[in-house]
Amino acid sequence: MSTLTSSPSESTSASGLRALVERLSIPNPATVGKQLLLPLIGILVFLGFWHLAAPQVNTSLGAFPGPVQVWEQGGQLWQEHSSQRDRADKFITMQEERNQRILEKDPDAEVKIRPYPGAPTFIDQIGTSLVTVLAGFVLATIIAVPLGIVFGLNRHFQAAVNPLIQVFKPVSPLAWLPLVTMVVSATYVSDDPMFEKSFLTSMITVTLCSLWPTLINTSVGVAAVNPDLLNVSRVLRLSFWTHVRKVVLPSSVPMIFTGLRVSLGIAWMVLIAAEMLAQSPGLGKFVWDEFQNGSSQSLSRIMVAVLAIGLIGFLLDRIMLLIQKKVAWNE
Amino acid sequence: MSKSHLELTGVEMAFDTPKGAFIALDNVNLKIKKGEFVSLIGHSGCGKSTVLNIVAGLLQASKGGCVLDGHEVNSPGPERAVVFQNHALMPWLTVYENVELAVQQVFRKTMSKQERRDWILHNLELVNMAHAANKRPGEISGGMAQRVGIARALAMKPSVLLMDEPFGALDALTRAHLQDSLMEIQQELNNTVIMITHDVDEAVLLSDRIIMMTNGPAATVGEDLHIDLPRPRNRVTLADDPTYVHYRQEVLKFLYEKQRKLETIKPARAGKAEQQEKREEAQAARA
Ligand SMILES: Nc1ncnc2c1ncn2[C@@H]1O[C@H](COP(=O)(O)OP(=O)(O)OP(=O)(O)O)[C@@H](O)[C@H]1O
Ligand SMILES: [Mg+2]
Repeated sequence: MSTLTSSPSESTSASGLRALVERLSIPNPATVGKQLLLPLIGILVFLGFWHLAAPQVNTSLGAFPGPVQVWEQGGQLWQEHSSQRDRADKFITMQEERNQRILEKDPDAEVKIRPYPGAPTFIDQIGTSLVTVLAGFVLATIIAVPLGIVFGLNRHFQAAVNPLIQVFKPVSPLAWLPLVTMVVSATYVSDDPMFEKSFLTSMITVTLCSLWPTLINTSVGVAAVNPDLLNVSRVLRLSFWTHVRKVVLPSSVPMIFTGLRVSLGIAWMVLIAAEMLAQSPGLGKFVWDEFQNGSSQSLSRIMVAVLAIGLIGFLLDRIMLLIQKKVAWNE
Repeated sequence: MSKSHLELTGVEMAFDTPKGAFIALDNVNLKIKKGEFVSLIGHSGCGKSTVLNIVAGLLQASKGGCVLDGHEVNSPGPERAVVFQNHALMPWLTVYENVELAVQQVFRKTMSKQERRDWILHNLELVNMAHAANKRPGEISGGMAQRVGIARALAMKPSVLLMDEPFGALDALTRAHLQDSLMEIQQELNNTVIMITHDVDEAVLLSDRIIMMTNGPAATVGEDLHIDLPRPRNRVTLADDPTYVHYRQEVLKFLYEKQRKLETIKPARAGKAEQQEKREEAQAARA
């Protein structure tokens, strides 16, 4: 009896599991092995080559760092960050305690809350860069997608602005930067600024350089909507907004996302360059400072930053890909 | 019965091309009664789609015009629903949502939410597609997608149903099946239908009238054949019915004797080979 009842449930749970595995698209272990093995071999060969070649390259700051030194510096940077954090925490608790005491004595007293004055660590710089790049990218998207839709819908408009796009698209961030800096410092005057000027400068430069792929792809995607679907929309007499929302936008989502991914990649590259040049806080500044520092560890620390920049760029692209898979209908 | 339901008078269609105006249609006149099933037949490129698109309002005739129930047609609208050759379903919407988009638009004000839901499902059942309501067009076969396209058109309660080679891309069995369901549905709803077809049997089996078009350019109505066969019609028994065979021959005679295409197959082939070459070149250039 018990075997009779248990066997169907077993089979359903097994099939349920299989369905789950299929849904998560976990391939069988052999293919996973193959898929992991080759990249792993590639990485190991690269590390080996790096390890052997690095000592041969001599610079004024000593030999080029190999993987081992870079790994050590990575740990070092992390440690600096943790100890800095501890000190900051202590500073904050002490400040709070002191304020509490003052308030106990005199409830109307004005207490000062000061942020921790220590220099930003490597990890802090990563955080700053990430926030800046995301802000710039979001702003670029907010500008580029609606504009792209307008250009894609209206051929005359497109013809009018196309030369401008073609001219501005290839402009390097380094050329924009001085202009943006001057304009920001001239126009963004406020006693209690919500944003740092350096943040705004970096962000706007990122926006200016990264909005083009999204703009172009959106307009191409919108202009390429299947004419049959446009006819359906006309037969149904969809209003302009319904037409855009229900037909044009969904149809061009795959193209828009291709553009967004390119834009985010550009945004990240541009940001590092802009931070280096403008000395605004972020990973770029970290690299520049280390370069100016010129200690024996500088090259290793810069190398850590290089790897971190690459890894973050890769992760950002992966995240966009995940979002694309969630949103786009053709994935 | 003094005025006809749908009337095309003196329709001329000129397309602007780089080589100057191309007169596709010249002086097309057509009167269609309510509930009539009319087929348009003619050689490829003669202008059948152009006629249909003018009735749909998707194209504007350069001379003459189209009047439906006393109103001139000059823009598309859901009372002239179109079934497109390649189903034209939104690939990002499910089968249900595709029909919903139409029903939402047409009956937003006149039906409650529940009524709309029932109406969508009713139309999907009419074409036997309710079971796939939650699938995307990419997950169903071409024949199924075409049926959804028909359901979407029927769901608009059109006074005229326009179909551009609705079964052109389907295999013979699916096609026969869909033809039978279309006949049933049309009997039941008594819609006016204009259908473009290349298939002589399809035209004779389904239609009350077959409009045969002359070859373009400047194509017009060549012959107008009334099919007096009792309904419901059965394809198997009709196959050797003398009247049916006669009608069939009339159409074949028109197409292959009176309006014989003089082009041989060779230039077409050469054209295709050229295109293929061009495509390959383009690919090579991209790579
Ligand atoms: N937008 C256009 N611009 C220029 N010429 C056109 C245009 N649309 C159609 N034509 C021409 O008008 C003629 C009729 O075209 P139409 O599409 O109506 O033919 P058809 O009878 O539907 O052909 P098929 O059976 O192959 O679908 C063709 O010669 C075609 O080249
Ligand atoms: Mg056609």
